[in-house]
Amino acid sequence: MNRPLESSAITDPKARYKAGVLKYKQMGYWRPDYEPKDTDFICVFRITPQEGVDAEEAAAAVAGESSTATWTVVWTDLLTAADSYRAKAYRVDPVPNTGPGTPTEQQYFAFVAYDLILFEEGSIANVTASLIGNVFSFKPLKAGRLEDIRVPVAYVKTFKGPPTGIVVERERLDKYGRPLLGATMKPKLGLSGKNYGRVIYEALTGGLDFTKDDENINSQPFMHWRDRFLFGMEAVNRAQANSGEIKGHYFNVTGATMEDMYERADFAKELGSNIVMIDLVIGWTAIQSMSNWCRRNDMILHMHRAGHGTYTRQKNHGVSFRVIAKWLRLAGVDHLHAGTAVGKLEGDPMTVQGFYNVCRDAVTRADLQRGLFFDQDWADLRKVMPVASGGIHAGQMHQLVHMFGDDVVLQFGGGTIGHPMGVQAGATANRVALEAIVKARNEGRDLMNEGPDVLRAAAKWCKPLEAALETWKDVSFNYTSTDTPDFVPTATASS
Amino acid sequence: MRITQGAFSFLPDLTDAEIRAQVDYALSRGWACSVEHTDDAHPRNTYWDMWGLPMFDLKDGAAVLFEVNACRKAHPGHYIKVNAFDSTRGVESMVLSFIVHRPADEPGFALVRQETGGRNIRYTTRGYAADQPAGRRYR
Repeated sequence: MNRPLESSAITDPKARYKAGVLKYKQMGYWRPDYEPKDTDFICVFRITPQEGVDAEEAAAAVAGESSTATWTVVWTDLLTAADSYRAKAYRVDPVPNTGPGTPTEQQYFAFVAYDLILFEEGSIANVTASLIGNVFSFKPLKAGRLEDIRVPVAYVKTFKGPPTGIVVERERLDKYGRPLLGATMKPKLGLSGKNYGRVIYEALTGGLDFTKDDENINSQPFMHWRDRFLFGMEAVNRAQANSGEIKGHYFNVTGATMEDMYERADFAKELGSNIVMIDLVIGWTAIQSMSNWCRRNDMILHMHRAGHGTYTRQKNHGVSFRVIAKWLRLAGVDHLHAGTAVGKLEGDPMTVQGFYNVCRDAVTRADLQRGLFFDQDWADLRKVMPVASGGIHAGQMHQLVHMFGDDVVLQFGGGTIGHPMGVQAGATANRVALEAIVKARNEGRDLMNEGPDVLRAAAKWCKPLEAALETWKDVSFNYTSTDTPDFVPTATASS
Repeated sequence: MRITQGAFSFLPDLTDAEIRAQVDYALSRGWACSVEHTDDAHPRNTYWDMWGLPMFDLKDGAAVLFEVNACRKAHPGHYIKVNAFDSTRGVESMVLSFIVHRPADEPGFALVRQETGGRNIRYTTRGYAADQPAGRRYR
C-alpha cells in the first residue's frame, strides 16, 4: 500500500510547523517505510473510515489521536523529540470480505507502532488511556476496533503478572492432570447466607473443586457479605473433610470502593479462603491493586469478565477480548473467563482458542485463524487459568476436554445445580464424566468420535451421570458467532 | 469414606493395565514418573514419602508398574500414587497424579472447630488414622 512520498509526511520544517491544519499523513503519522523496533508496542486496529477519508489518512489519524496529535499544528512540538513520540501507522490492509460487493462497509486493518517511552511502567490504566482513550470517538472514523496488540518484552517485564499462575495454583490445590471443576451458585440473587452455603456444601461435597459467587453478588439486603463468607467457609471446610481434597469458593470481593474490597478480601483471608474474586467492571487500577493484595496474601485471584460484551462482541467497533486477555495477564489475574465455544455465551471456537493461547502460552504464536496477529513472548510471566463457564453440561465433556486441554476450569452452574437428583448428584456426574474422559484421552481414544461412548459407559455404573446425560441430551446453543477472525489463508504473514 | 485426591478417584480403582496405559501416556509426552506413598493422606500433606527417585529418562513403563507393586508389597496399608513430572521451562511441576492403591478401610477426617470472636471459626481438618503414630496407622 505504499504511496509516493509527496502524499505523505512533510519534511520541510517551515511548511510542517506553519500554523493551521494539516492532514495526519502530512504531520508524519503515516510512515509506510517504518520498520517497527523490537521495543515498540504494536497495535492492529480494524477501522471503517468515513466517506471520503482514505485508508492511510484514517490510519494516520488513529496513530495521531492515540499518541501526540491534536487537530491543528502546534509549534510546541518543536520543544520535544517529536518524532519518537509520534505513533507511526506503517501498514494498512483491506479486511477480507468487506467493501463493495459484500454486505459490510469497507474496513481496513491498520498497523500502528508506538515507542516504549509513551507508556508508564507497569500501568494498564496508562496503556488503555493511550490506545483506547480518544480514538474511538474520533469523527473521521465511522467505527474502530482494537483487534490485537504486540507487547514488547521490555514492557512485559515491567509487570508482575498473575499473583499465583496455573502451576502454583495446582501445587497449592494438589490437583494435576485434569481440568478443574467449578459451578456458579444459583439462583444468583435472593439466597440467604445460610441457604447459599448449603448449595456450596452440596456442590463441593459432590465432587467439584470450586464454587463461585456470581458477578452481581456483592452485599445486598438478602445476604450481606460477611454472612456469605462465614457460611461459605463452613461449607468449604466441611466438604474438604468429607473428601480429603482441597476445595475453594471464589468469594466476590467487588465493592463500591477499594476500602470495601480490601476489607472483604482481608476477611476472606482471615477465614482461610484460598481464592477471592473480582469483576472486570472495577477497572484497571483496582484490578492491579487487588492483584498486588493477592500477591501479598498468597491468594488466587479469579476474574469474572463482567461487562466485556459491551465492547468486545461487535466486530466493527470496540476492543477484542484477546486484547483484554493480554492486558489482564499483564495486570495479574489467575483465573479468567475466556469462553466455552459450545455454551450459551458468544464464542467462535477458533477465536476462543486464541483467547486460551493468550492466557496459557509461554510464547503465543501469530495464528490468523485464531485471530492472533502477532508473536507474543510472555517473558516467563505466569500463566492465567482460563475458565469456561455458561450453559455447558456433562454431555459436552469430551468436546470441552478436546478443545481446551487440562489447564482450564470447567464451570457447570445450571449443569450442576439443575440436576434432577440434586446438587451433589449433579457435581458427581460432572466429576465422573471429566475423569472418564481424561482417562480415555490418555489411553489414546479419539474423544471427538468416541467421547459419547465413553460417557455412556461411565453412566452405566454412575446413576447421576446417566440422569445428567438424559436431562441435557439435546441441549446446544448453535447460533452464528458475531466475533470471528477475518483472514484469507494466503494473506501475507503478520509481522 | 473414599479420599478423592488425584485425577481418577471418582472412577473404579484402576487395574494394572489401566495404570500402565496412563504411565505410557506420560512417558510418551516426555514426563518423568514417580511413586509416592503415605499413611497420612491429609489434604495439606504435600510431601508423601518417595518410593525411590523420579524415574527420569525411563523408556519402558513396565518399570513403573514394577515399583508400584513393590511399594504395595512393602506398604499394603498405605495410600500410593503415581506422579508424572514435566521439566519444561515454565512448567517444572507435576502434570498428572493419581492414586493407585489405598488402605482397605479409610476412616477419613474430622473437622475441628474453634469458635473465636465475631462468629469466626478456625477450622482444623484432622485425620482419624493420624491419631496413631506413624507406622501403626491403617493396620
